[in-house]
Amino acid sequence: MPLNRKIAYIDLTTGDIQIEPIPLEARKKFLGGRGLDAYLLYNHTKKGCDPLGPDNTLIISGGILTATCASATARTHIMAKSPLTGLLGSANMGGFFAPELAWAGFHHLVIKGKAKHPVYLYVHNGNIEIREARGIWGRSATEAQWAIREDLGDQEVKSCVCGPAGENLVRFACVMTGIKNSAGRTGMGCVMGSKNLKAVAARGTMDIKIARPAEALEYNKRFIDQIVSAKVNQTQGTLGTPFIWGATNSWGGVRCRNFQYNQCEYADDIEPERIDEICEETMGPYHMTGCFGCQVHCRAQYKIPDGPYAGRYDEGPEYTSLGAFGGETDTPRATTVLTGNHLVDQFGMDNLETGSLIAWAMELYELGIITAKETDGLDLRFGNDEAVIEMIERICYRKGWLADALADGGIAASEKIGKNSFDYLIQVKGMSNLHSDERATPGLALNIATASRGSDHLRSRPAIDLYHLPQTVLRKIYSNPVPYDGPLSSEHTEYVGKPWQVFWQENCYMGVDCLGICKYHTTFLGATLPNFEDWSKVLYYNTGLQMTPEEIWMVARRCNMIERLFNLREGLTRDDLKKGDMLNHRYFDEPCRRGAVDVIGIKIDKEKFMRMVDELYEHKGLDKVGVPKPETLKELGLENEPSHLI
Amino acid sequence: MSKALYIDYHKCTGCRLCELVCSVSHDGISNPARSRIRVMKWEAEGLYVPMSCQQCQDAPCKLVCPVKAISRDDEMGRVFVDYDVCIGCRSCIAACPFGAMSFNLKDKKVFKCDLCDGAPQCVRFCEMKAVDFIDMDEVSIIKKRDAAKRLSVAGKEAGALEAGLHR
Repeated sequence: MPLNRKIAYIDLTTGDIQIEPIPLEARKKFLGGRGLDAYLLYNHTKKGCDPLGPDNTLIISGGILTATCASATARTHIMAKSPLTGLLGSANMGGFFAPELAWAGFHHLVIKGKAKHPVYLYVHNGNIEIREARGIWGRSATEAQWAIREDLGDQEVKSCVCGPAGENLVRFACVMTGIKNSAGRTGMGCVMGSKNLKAVAARGTMDIKIARPAEALEYNKRFIDQIVSAKVNQTQGTLGTPFIWGATNSWGGVRCRNFQYNQCEYADDIEPERIDEICEETMGPYHMTGCFGCQVHCRAQYKIPDGPYAGRYDEGPEYTSLGAFGGETDTPRATTVLTGNHLVDQFGMDNLETGSLIAWAMELYELGIITAKETDGLDLRFGNDEAVIEMIERICYRKGWLADALADGGIAASEKIGKNSFDYLIQVKGMSNLHSDERATPGLALNIATASRGSDHLRSRPAIDLYHLPQTVLRKIYSNPVPYDGPLSSEHTEYVGKPWQVFWQENCYMGVDCLGICKYHTTFLGATLPNFEDWSKVLYYNTGLQMTPEEIWMVARRCNMIERLFNLREGLTRDDLKKGDMLNHRYFDEPCRRGAVDVIGIKIDKEKFMRMVDELYEHKGLDKVGVPKPETLKELGLENEPSHLI
Repeated sequence: MSKALYIDYHKCTGCRLCELVCSVSHDGISNPARSRIRVMKWEAEGLYVPMSCQQCQDAPCKLVCPVKAISRDDEMGRVFVDYDVCIGCRSCIAACPFGAMSFNLKDKKVFKCDLCDGAPQCVRFCEMKAVDFIDMDEVSIIKKRDAAKRLSVAGKEAGALEAGLHR
């Protein structure tokens, strides 16, 4: 049974390991994955704990459906207090780790303390062992995984690891598994590094009994047919996520030169079709790969075609790397993007944060706020490909004054750099924004401003807002599983109805994150994909747990509220530019300079934006300053938190 | 006409859905260790190769079986284990050159691909058709066509190269 997977509490300081069942009550309230992680984090950390201290709790998990016969249940979730933001640290990745963890008998690992020297955890068929990692420390994210397989003499072992960036306490270091799957954001690899924990390795051959196998199998087939018939997934399966780049860049929705432009010119060399050509030339006609059990296969394989790293194999680049190392820095060259992508994969460093901070530093350099003195002679102007590659490496190893400052994250770096450097930093809650530009899309702007882990596109983005769907379709999507009869607009530049869409998406994405399913299998980029109603069935067929779509919606709301409670406890205040639900002034002050007719000249209207935040708070059951009302907590059964259920 | 599993590993994306649906459809359990098909991976090279029973004509497992529990089922095009006869000695596992015969510790039984009695689930779920189920005498014509295509492309490229050289 998926429900008999265990939770383990591991203290790296004492070496104590406790293994417990997960009570059904906790399952019904939080399901698993990100939702249960949020509950655990809130309950197992104290207010104000040092993110890099032994008291921070690192939680690694799979969802309640991980490795079952639901589709694409590959996702691993990682949670801790973030060393980047001081708020919620939370990141999610695909690959093959979480299913292996489930076959090894576990759904959640709660890791506290700090090991005296580098170690790794080996999770194997119900047992957990703390093993020596001094020989593996210092190795790249992939080399460390292969070294662990050698150490254990088993090529089927799957590991999640921190790379050199995590060891060097770069505040936005990732946790990595496989070649490029990254729990990228909020510095979870940095937390691993701070605990002297190089890796968690898993290998399992334990049965997961499916409650109703015949139904589960048939429903999975239906799911897959629905998913692969969606045009968006077919395109994704051919071009990978870069397909988004082509459309958004030509439309004017990507940041260029930090935030100066909303479109990257002369970007032919990183158009998705060009990247696809390189993949085909270096890896052959079948160069797409996928995560566990997924038929979308959105990840491309490539070898770097030229330059100092020519011939190196990697996967991706995702849409995010095109923006991070192509658009934002105005270096739209395939070699630069593919090399940058490869380096962050090897270092275990968040590509979004890295590219975004380099682009910010470039703008500061061109403005004279930093000079060649701070860059140690590096000519950090926009468009300098070598400088981008050089900075990625310097940040990982904290080489030089500027890179060392950037490695501590944007807000800390802005305090070190001084002057008005902070004004140019495109971030929310201390986390840099994706390379997207949300000035023409108020709904998306509201999403990044209010997402629980900082400026983020995967927590509440109503991405389908860009499709201008007819009212009837919008109504069908957004009035389920709970009724909504307020306004909805098909126009992406509108402000009305967007708070409900953001609220709905926030619960939708929390739903998949609790189940352990990929967002490409729900209402994210494809309007016709499964959500609450299907989850109710798939949950029953696979686990036997009977929950209505409305009940799953309530779980999602509850889990989002726990994340809110955590953030409030750690200092979130509504309009705080560094810790609140607020955007950088540039969204309100600087109109878009490029793009299509519905984009050029546009900016976010601050007054309307603030009203959207008010309305979102109302939907969520928060008061005017963003704190949950007592009746909301009661409705969600959270009036006694922390309740220490597990 | 009996059909055979036709595996084209170039097409495999490495997702291992075949392993999942194999174990769920046979045993009602998710566990790759129970799957009759397994994807062998070399992640550092991006190489994934699904491995299953070749349903050999002159099957070593059948030859080595001391109690004659393994037989050929020509109608279905498969090599079949009769569990009423099998003594679980695992000689077949030792003899199989492909690792296609496995042993289940819980059920204490050997197991192998049975082609799902003619409707293989791995094939049904593989959208890439990296695992396909086709008439045995069609296998080589597909390979011939692929090879011919490669040859003709190579010929054209060689011609173009030559033309460039002589210019």
